[in-house]
Amino acid sequence: MVTLNFVVLIPFLAAMLNPLFYKKGTRLHIGLLPMIVAVSLFSYLLFYIPQIANGKTFLHTISWIPSYGINFTTYLDGLSLILALLITGIGTLVILYSIYYLSENEQLGHFYTYLMLFMGAMLGVVLSDNMMVLYVFWELTSISSFLLIAFWYQRKRSREGAQKSLLITVSGGFGMLIGFLMIYTMTGTLSVREVIQIMPEMTGHGLFVPAMLLVLFGAFTKSAQFPFHIWLPDAMEAPTPVSAYLHSATMVKAGIYLVARFTPIFGGEGIWFWIVTGVGLFTLFWGSFQAVRQTDLKALLAFSTISQLGMIMSMFGMGSVALHFGYSTESVFYSQATFAALFHLVNHSTFKGALFMAVGIVDHEVGTRDIRRLGGLATIMPITFTVSLIGSFSMAGLPPFNGFLSKEMFFQAAVDITELGIFHMDTIGNLIPIVAWVASIFTFVYSMIIVFQTFLGPYKEERLERPANEGPGGMLISPVILAGLVVLIFLMPNMLGNYIIRPAVESVFPTLVTEMNLGVEISAWHGLNTALWMTIGVVVLGILLYSFPRAWRWIYAIFPIGWSLNTLYNFTLEQSVKSSRKFTNSYMTGLLRHYLMYIYLFFILLVAGAFVLTGSYDFTISGNAEISIFEWIIALTLIIAAISILFAKSRLTAILLNSVLGYGVALLFVIFRAPDLALTQMVIETVTTVLFLVAYYFLPEWKKENEPRRINLSKLLISIGFGASFTAVALAVQNNRLFDRISTYFENSYELAGGRNIVNTILSDFRGFDTMLEVVVLLIAGIGVYSIIKLKAGNRGDKFENQ
Amino acid sequence: METLMIILTGVLVTIATYLVLSKSVIRVILGTAVYSHATHLLIITMGGLKKGNVPILGDDDVSTFVDPLPQALILTSIVISFAVTALVLVLAYRAYQTLGTDNMEELRGRKYE
Amino acid sequence: MKINNVILRTVTKLAVFIILTLAVYLFFAGHNSPGGGFIAGLALSAAFVLLLLVTDIETIKKGIPLDFKKVAAFGAFLAVGTGFGAFVFDVPFLTQSFGNFVVPFFGEIELSTVTIFEAGVSFAVVGVVITIILSISEDV
Repeated sequence: MVTLNFVVLIPFLAAMLNPLFYKKGTRLHIGLLPMIVAVSLFSYLLFYIPQIANGKTFLHTISWIPSYGINFTTYLDGLSLILALLITGIGTLVILYSIYYLSENEQLGHFYTYLMLFMGAMLGVVLSDNMMVLYVFWELTSISSFLLIAFWYQRKRSREGAQKSLLITVSGGFGMLIGFLMIYTMTGTLSVREVIQIMPEMTGHGLFVPAMLLVLFGAFTKSAQFPFHIWLPDAMEAPTPVSAYLHSATMVKAGIYLVARFTPIFGGEGIWFWIVTGVGLFTLFWGSFQAVRQTDLKALLAFSTISQLGMIMSMFGMGSVALHFGYSTESVFYSQATFAALFHLVNHSTFKGALFMAVGIVDHEVGTRDIRRLGGLATIMPITFTVSLIGSFSMAGLPPFNGFLSKEMFFQAAVDITELGIFHMDTIGNLIPIVAWVASIFTFVYSMIIVFQTFLGPYKEERLERPANEGPGGMLISPVILAGLVVLIFLMPNMLGNYIIRPAVESVFPTLVTEMNLGVEISAWHGLNTALWMTIGVVVLGILLYSFPRAWRWIYAIFPIGWSLNTLYNFTLEQSVKSSRKFTNSYMTGLLRHYLMYIYLFFILLVAGAFVLTGSYDFTISGNAEISIFEWIIALTLIIAAISILFAKSRLTAILLNSVLGYGVALLFVIFRAPDLALTQMVIETVTTVLFLVAYYFLPEWKKENEPRRINLSKLLISIGFGASFTAVALAVQNNRLFDRISTYFENSYELAGGRNIVNTILSDFRGFDTMLEVVVLLIAGIGVYSIIKLKAGNRGDKFENQ
Repeated sequence: METLMIILTGVLVTIATYLVLSKSVIRVILGTAVYSHATHLLIITMGGLKKGNVPILGDDDVSTFVDPLPQALILTSIVISFAVTALVLVLAYRAYQTLGTDNMEELRGRKYE
Repeated sequence: MKINNVILRTVTKLAVFIILTLAVYLFFAGHNSPGGGFIAGLALSAAFVLLLLVTDIETIKKGIPLDFKKVAAFGAFLAVGTGFGAFVFDVPFLTQSFGNFVVPFFGEIELSTVTIFEAGVSFAVVGVVITIILSISEDV
């Protein structure tokens, strides 16, 4: 299906066309085009659901760099479909929301261009089968995220947040790229599907573990897993629609997607299980623990996103165990964790999206997000309140919302995994349900904080920027739809489960599909089992903790403020800037001569050193052509002319001596059977001389260089050293021919290009591309000369510097 | 002949290096011009000298030609080096006009003063 | 730059025509004997430079009412354009073709798309060289 490749390309096209649309000055809102794009892509993807649910997959390739095996291959299966639907679906709602959220005075053109860029990149990540292409799109999402976080680039915090997210996610991306290259070395293919086929035989390979770790590094930085999570709270400086879209619903899920995609490659190994589960669980705990202490609503949501991402991640870790067992009842048992992970992935996007949008509305209406200043908004903003209530309760894992279902499944999986007899589970495995449970208590607490501290309690208008009002209707549409979905999924979970999630699970376990049904029947009531008791415990303890914050808040004082990861990040950044500046300043003196001396000295050391070490002197004159007296004379003239330039008393002499050199070279070209060159050199030399003479008119007088003896001596030594090594290399090369010349090919020029002059046919036919670019370079030089002379900047430069 | 040519290019390179390391801009530019002469001579020498006929196919049965590839390379290089020389020359001239000096040390910029 | 030198002026008038003829010859000779787009362009510009040295800029501008910047741009466009022209015939970028045709009175002659490419090169060279020299000398 070529159309699938277009699904990726269309957003990019829209990003390109956006400026045109914007310029036209129509009365239509600029967000309309992106929204139409997102809606149509979403509805187009919907048509794939029935076929994908039947186990079909779609693959299409457009050759890009076939010689390196890099092709723009799109592959649509259950897993990519689920993500693609989220990207386009949530994207539509976010764009609709942003139309009302951002004022007309903002740079909307930039905003929607970046957003479309992101949408295309993200679709590229989830639909690409080729790892190199996936990597390119992966970095593009980082870049568009950077641009969107820095959307309000006038603010220092926005810029810092953007820089932080870029540094962390891109370094993760680099790690991932190296991991991909390692996989390529192992398997010889860049296609993920082919790697899945080959990899099971490679588990003993020396690169297997490093490649796994590097891929996980990329996934963890992107999905804000501990200890790389620090960029996500700072990324909240972005406009709220961006936070809702990139930093909770889609981009941060790219890492999770990657883990899911690579589960069939690396899964089933103990290391994979422990790293993914362990990091996920710790992130779950740490995120929820930190979220409770936040006072900024968006920061709170950021930490809660980190925590929820950790939860999904850990479920993928638990589910990967199924691959260890092959076809057996146990593998079905454990694959349920993966099912739960994908289910929660969807649920999280719905309720967290709704929550972000609700917080955005509050921020938009009253001008603050500080929960210490908010309160009592429930009666003034009833719809926003309802949406937040639904979102928070779903996040806390309460019925009748979808979060309850996936949370129960998560507990179930955490309990089940303790029965696993392998990977040292018997010793520390029991920690898994305990950590999960404790983290869920904190999750419950912060969910309550969002609802009750914002919307209940006393209304303090004097502490707000503006008196509160319900948000505009258009802004409410998207959160209401998402909140509706939260309830709807609770009521009919199996529709989602059967048509969308089951195929996705199947693509995570491609080897198990043929043997068994990986679907799970989701039910709201599943008897009074351990999972339900855990939920009840969470609610009871959560209410207690929420009601008596004073009794336990001292825990946070245990960790000194100066010891955070942020401090480490800032310290490292500051030090690296400082030390690199110091280092650079130590040798960047601003004097051309010094730079050249570095180059020459390096060259002399390298070449002369290599010469001495390898002993590759080979100076024979046996194969040389004979020299006539005439040629001796020319050569001697040239040498004398060249040396005289150094001692020239006036500019004119120097310029003329240079011309003597040029004409001498032209004569030599004649002798060396190169008529074209001789002609060109002759004319060029004339024109150059004229050029020098014309410029000479304006240039300063030729002054004798009065320099200290020491400098003159060092100049002389470097020149002689350089000239000597140059000569030595040239002589050695001349006497050792390792390859046949390739020019025999060109000697068929008459048959190949219809010309008898071989040099000319090389220029215009065989290497026409070089000549064409040369003409362009010439033109650029001409434009450069013209503009340097004609355009005088005046004082503009000073003005900018003084700002 | 080849050895002689290489020694000649070596001398040219030495002189060009010395010029490029000078203080005044015009000497530096002259140095680059000398460099390009040296490079052209080197390239054509590497193709072998006087080992065949002019690389133009005639009706007669001459079958050995000197290597045409270095010639094509040099032809490109000649024109480009002219363009670059012109550009640098004009740059120096403008710098002199605006700043009143052609001394590299004085052209270092404010940071180092 | 006004030099009152009668001999130079007279010789120049002759020489310029010889050089111009040579340039045209070089251009067409290019494919089969020494010559070609670059050399022709350079010879052409040498002729103009010579004129420039002898007479003054105003005279030249009156005599040759061409904007050499545009000539350069046109040349580059032509050179790049022939490359893209190859796409129309569904062959790789910059593919050139040639053929022999029989024309009355001239006998068999060879025509090649390279000539267009070479013309672009020549125009670009002339345009750029003259632009460089003119803009420097004008800036007094």
